[in-house]
Amino acid sequence: MPTFAYMTRCDGCGHCVDICPSDIMHIDKTYRRAFNLEPNMCWECYSCVKACPMNAIDVRGYADFAPLGHSVRAVRDEEKGVIAWRIKFRNGKKDLNLLAPITTKPWGKHIPQLKDVPGPSQEMRNSELLYNEPKYIRLDEGGLHTLESNGLKMMEGVYY
Amino acid sequence: MAFETIIEDGIDILVAGAGLGGTGAAWEARFWGQDKKIVIAEKANINRSGAVAQGLYAINCYMGTRWGENNPEDHVRYARIDLMGMVREDLLFDMARHVDSTVHQFEEWGLPLMRNPKTGSYQREGRWQIMIHGESYKPIVAEAAVKSADKVYNRICITHLLMDESKENRVAGAVGFNVRTGNFHVFKSKTVVVGAGGASNIYKPRSVGEGAGRVWYAPWSSGSAYGLMIDAGAKMTQMENRIVLARFKDGYGPVGAYFLHLKTYTQNGLGQEYESNWFPSLQKMVGKEYLDPEASHLSHRPIPTCLRNHAFISEVNAGRGPIHMVTMEAFQDPHLEEIGWHNFLGMTVGQATLWAATDVDPKYQNPELTTSEPYVMGSHATGCGAWCSGPEDVSPPEYFWGYNRMTTVEGLFGAGDAVGGTPHAFSSGSFTEGRLAAKAACKYIDEGKADGIVVSQKQIEDRRKQIYKPLEHYTTYRNEIVAGSVNPNYINPRQGLDRLQKLMDEYCGGVTVSYMTNEKLLNIGLMKMKILEEDLEKIAAEDIHELLRAWELKHRHLSAEAVFQHTLFRKETRWPGYYYRGDCMKLDDENWHVLTVSRRDPKTGEYTMEKAPCYHLVGKDGE
Repeated sequence: MPTFAYMTRCDGCGHCVDICPSDIMHIDKTYRRAFNLEPNMCWECYSCVKACPMNAIDVRGYADFAPLGHSVRAVRDEEKGVIAWRIKFRNGKKDLNLLAPITTKPWGKHIPQLKDVPGPSQEMRNSELLYNEPKYIRLDEGGLHTLESNGLKMMEGVYY
Repeated sequence: MAFETIIEDGIDILVAGAGLGGTGAAWEARFWGQDKKIVIAEKANINRSGAVAQGLYAINCYMGTRWGENNPEDHVRYARIDLMGMVREDLLFDMARHVDSTVHQFEEWGLPLMRNPKTGSYQREGRWQIMIHGESYKPIVAEAAVKSADKVYNRICITHLLMDESKENRVAGAVGFNVRTGNFHVFKSKTVVVGAGGASNIYKPRSVGEGAGRVWYAPWSSGSAYGLMIDAGAKMTQMENRIVLARFKDGYGPVGAYFLHLKTYTQNGLGQEYESNWFPSLQKMVGKEYLDPEASHLSHRPIPTCLRNHAFISEVNAGRGPIHMVTMEAFQDPHLEEIGWHNFLGMTVGQATLWAATDVDPKYQNPELTTSEPYVMGSHATGCGAWCSGPEDVSPPEYFWGYNRMTTVEGLFGAGDAVGGTPHAFSSGSFTEGRLAAKAACKYIDEGKADGIVVSQKQIEDRRKQIYKPLEHYTTYRNEIVAGSVNPNYINPRQGLDRLQKLMDEYCGGVTVSYMTNEKLLNIGLMKMKILEEDLEKIAAEDIHELLRAWELKHRHLSAEAVFQHTLFRKETRWPGYYYRGDCMKLDDENWHVLTVSRRDPKTGEYTMEKAPCYHLVGKDGE
């Protein structure tokens, strides 16, 4: 089903081609606009719909089980950090508008550059700890769980 | 062919496939290897690749030790009963003790985790799941991975691993091609972390035509995790443990939030509860150790997913379908109704589209459920994947060979679907496994284990020829026919995929046979698989896009063959509801309370199978 591009809205910018996880959004050689090359490998994941700056890409449910006449549209706004959805039923009886956050922080500002943080000590390398641990496990002073700390041991083939 | 050869040399850590596992590896590798060269090769665009490309509405693996909710051993008990005992408890424990630190980082990076307004802790959907607004889950973790990597190569389909020629059974990098330019890419690397995906589309799907894309697991999950590692001679485990999902019909929309949070429930076509009717006979098949409804009722111990499937399948086969999800009660609450829709928009938009198309308003109508075709993967309620070393402080000798999450090929690590015996890792657990693998890979390099790697020009040239063969084959034979896709000298990737799906379905327990197989069927299927393998040497690709599909098919074929071999080896029905061995319909703990391990000889293609001991952390459920 998949996705398709409206002839009058698509300007052939290729954002959908760039993002499609299934490599099925391609540029038509004659019309210089996007199209879905392989609808039966489309997951309806909406990655291309969300990426399209012209709102030119839409989805028409898989022909083998979805009747015509419905609509599920999305507008994703990175600046505002939200995605807006509109669902319209075939019979026109339901028209839902839904809004959800997509992030709580400005993009890229809160991920540290690990090249620049103090590197691990030899003791930490020899331990089972990962970056930011043990602090980030419980956000307190507790340590990493071990078999010993949890009073456990590995035994072969017991029933339980 | 006029494609360029592009060599990236001197890599320390190559991440092959950057879904949740691969992004975790790339991110963490930078901390342990601040001066190391970290490179990502990704088949799609890292911002929307892997199983989480579409987003998620829940993180299904979070302990909550911070809030006093669960300890790692609780997770082990849960995953092991769900998988009928067959798990790597060392790996589960290890992932579970680290996973919360991963989730807490996600929140810091901007992933919107919902909070319970009363307690202030994360909003639980069920005991293990927390609810999120995860539309941008993948772009957020991708940003972390990109920040840590020296280089990110998007649109590279990795086809093979490179092997060291100075030391047997040691990895030396990987090769592949750019699915847009067609250029040949060589990555010479001291270690490789395989973060590639499990396999959708190896079984014939219920849908036909266009709907073949509406699979439960992403259609781009081409079994490359297994294809790459099997081809390099890595040992695999639990490949028989394919999964069947009970989901909303046709759209395969998720049911977790519906069951756990919205408190919807199932009934048969007559409006009756049916599940418990099947439990007495099922208990005779699997034993009270695995199915004890009374004990489950009194505790948090779940009824295993496969057994619930069994009740579903049996009820439908008894003529009392369809099975409905009773949503009409919960959806009267406008807040819950909204959550029900958001749940789909966050991770399976296609289900919302389908309900809009068919005018199914769950407020006034109970939607139908179905059981899916089988999938081969290792991070949901199933544990296919490579036989990997565990951590030093937890693992018994049979499970430990030096480096956490290293496969039986030296320097080759796995994360997510790639690691076997670790079900219920989901997104957060896969990312965590990537982190563990990355730390171990750095240690492997620092201890000199990757010194003196030799890769000859011949190995690289041989792979180059092999990769482009489908294009050449097409060119050679195309003009023997007038037009069309029927050619006596080749099949195209779609035709090959159709054949694979049909024979997996009919001989290895797909939907059209109600998940049933037996030794005879498996042996016939394996013979047909060998012949398909011969025909895959004659696969033709009209262009670079088809070349991508050709190599995905080869990876799917290798995965599928392993499923056949493992299913044949395990002479019991361990997971009724996932599949049935009709010639041995009972669970057999006396002979098969073991993990199955296989190796395919890369030179001969011959399989050897063995049993590996199943170790447990605790003797009894701490109920």
